[in-house]
Amino acid sequence: METEAHRIHRLKKQCLEVRRDIVEMIYRGKGGHVGGSLSAVEIVTVLFFEVMRLRPQEPEWPERDRFILSKGHVTPVLYSAMARRGFFPVEELASFGLPGTRLQKHVDKHFLPCVEVSSGSLGQGLSIGIGMALADRLDGQARYVFILTSDGENQEGQTWEAAMAASHFKLDRIIAFLDANGLQTDGAVREIMNVEPLEERWRSFGWHVERVDGHDVAQILAAVETAKNTPGQPHLVIANTLKGKGVSYIEGQYEWHSHVISDEEYGMARRELEAAERRLEHEERQA
Amino acid sequence: MREVEKPFGKALAELGERHPNLVVLDADLRRVTETAFFRERFPQRYFNVGVAEANMVSIAVGLALSGKTVVCATFACFASQRACDQATILAHVNANVKLIGFEPALVSGSNGATHQGVFDLAVMRSMPNMSVFDPGDATETRGVMTYMLEHAGPAYMRAVRGKSPVILDADSYRFEAGKARRVREGDDVAILACGIMLPRALAAADELAREGISARLVSMASIKPLDEDEVMAAARETGCIVTAENHTILGGLGSAVAEVVSERRPVPVVRVGIADSFGAIGPVEWLAEKYGLSTSHIVAACRRALRAKP
Repeated sequence: METEAHRIHRLKKQCLEVRRDIVEMIYRGKGGHVGGSLSAVEIVTVLFFEVMRLRPQEPEWPERDRFILSKGHVTPVLYSAMARRGFFPVEELASFGLPGTRLQKHVDKHFLPCVEVSSGSLGQGLSIGIGMALADRLDGQARYVFILTSDGENQEGQTWEAAMAASHFKLDRIIAFLDANGLQTDGAVREIMNVEPLEERWRSFGWHVERVDGHDVAQILAAVETAKNTPGQPHLVIANTLKGKGVSYIEGQYEWHSHVISDEEYGMARRELEAAERRLEHEERQA
Repeated sequence: MREVEKPFGKALAELGERHPNLVVLDADLRRVTETAFFRERFPQRYFNVGVAEANMVSIAVGLALSGKTVVCATFACFASQRACDQATILAHVNANVKLIGFEPALVSGSNGATHQGVFDLAVMRSMPNMSVFDPGDATETRGVMTYMLEHAGPAYMRAVRGKSPVILDADSYRFEAGKARRVREGDDVAILACGIMLPRALAAADELAREGISARLVSMASIKPLDEDEVMAAARETGCIVTAENHTILGGLGSAVAEVVSERRPVPVVRVGIADSFGAIGPVEWLAEKYGLSTSHIVAACRRALRAKP
C-alpha cells in the first residue's frame, strides 16, 4: 500500500515529466499554448493519474469519468497526460502540431480516444458537461464530469448561462477546475476584462467553491474529496496558478500564452526542469 | 385544403413513446415549439434551460455524446444565428441532435425582422455534416421527424406551429433524406418548392394549368442532402426550373438547385424567395405579397423561366 508521502512524491514526479513533454512538444511543433499548459499541469496530472476512473486500454469504457478540456487550446498538457497514462504511445507526442498528426493544436474528438468533445471555441465546455451530467442522471450512472476552464474563459458569456443551469439542475457530479493564472493573450485578466471576484461570483450562482494552490497536488486531491462529499451543488475548484510554471522565462509572461520555443530557450528549459527533478529526488531522500 | 392541428408537437410526443432515449430541450418557448405535449408525457426527459439558446445547444451536444437522441427547439433565427458556433461544434462531433427552427422567415410575421430567420438554411446548409430539411406540409413534417429520430447525426429542420396543410398522402408517404417527392407531373416547367411555399406552388401549378401550361411540382423537403437526380430530371425533361423558398435567395434551396444545374446541365433557373433583405411585421400572406413569395409571384417566375428557355 502506497503511503500518502509516496503518493504525493509520485504525482510531483509525474508533473515534472508532463512539463518536460510540454516543452518538448511545443519546441518540436514550432509553437503552441505553452503558458496555460504549464499552469494546468498539476490539475490535469492529478485528475488523470489519481482521481479519474479510466481504462486506457478501453477508452470508451461506458463507466469512465469524463474530462472536458474547455480551455481547448492547452492540448500539450492533455496529450502528455493521456500518453503517459497509456491512451496512446508516448512517441506520438513528437508529432504534435505537425501536418497529418492526431495531436491537433485544439483538441479534436475525431483523432483521439478518450477525447470527449472537440473544443477550442471557448465557453462551451461547461454546457457540454451539463448535458453529460443530465444524461448520467437519466441513466442512473454514477460518474463524475471533470471540466477544465480558466479565468480568461470566464469572459465568455455562455460560461454564466452554464453556471446558472448547473446549479439549477443541482448537478453535483460536475467538478470544474478553474485555472486562475491571471493572464490571457493580450495581458493581465484584471486589466483586459476583470473577472474577479471569482469566488463570490460562482458562489452567488449556486456553486460550491473552493480555492487551492493549483501547483500543490495535495491541495488538489483534498479539494476533489471535499467536492465529492458536498452534495446538491456543482463544484468549482479555483486553482491559483502561475502561467508558465516551471520555466523561469515563461513564468508570468503573457506573451508566452502561445509561442515558439527557440533552440536556446529549449536548452534553458530542459536544464531548469532537470534541476527541478534533482531537487525533487533530493527532497525524497531527505524524507 | 385540409389542415391539421399542431403536427409537430403531436408527432414529437408520439415519437417519445417509440424512442425512450429521446430527450427534448427548450429555451422558454414550449408553447410556441409545441414541446409542451412531450413535456406532459415525459417530464423527466424534458429540460427547459431558460432564455439561453447557446447553452441549450451545447447541453444537447453533451447529452448526445452520452447516447441520447436530442431534439432542441427554438425560433429558426436563434437556432441558426445565436447558437451558430455551438451548432458548429455539434456538427463537428457528429452529435445526434436535431435542431428545430420554428417560425422561419415570413412565418414569424407577427414578430418582425429580429425574429425572422431569413438565412437559416444558408447557414445550416454550409455547415459540414449537417442535414437540412424544410417540410412542406403536415405529412412531411411528421415524415421528417420520424426519419430524423431513426437516423443518427446532426440535422436542422424547420417547423411551423399550429395549423398545417395536408398535401401529401399520409398513409403512403415515407420521408428519406436526399429524396425529393414529385407532387404533380408536368413537362413545360418544373417548380421545386420547400416549406410553406409548397401549397403556394401547388396553387401556381393549378393556375398555370388553366392557361394550358404543364408545370411539374416537386417537394424539396430535403435541402441537404439534395436529390440531384430529381433536379436533373426536372432540368432535362422540362428545360426550365423555378425554385420557391421562404428564405433569402442567397444560399438556400434556389442556390442549391442552381449549383447543381449549372454544373451538370445548364437550363434557366428562376429563384422565388426574399431578395437579400430583412423582413418586417405583418400577416404571412401580406408579407408574401410584399417580399415576392405569393402564388402570383411563382406564376410570374414560371413565365419568365419559360421565356428564357432556349
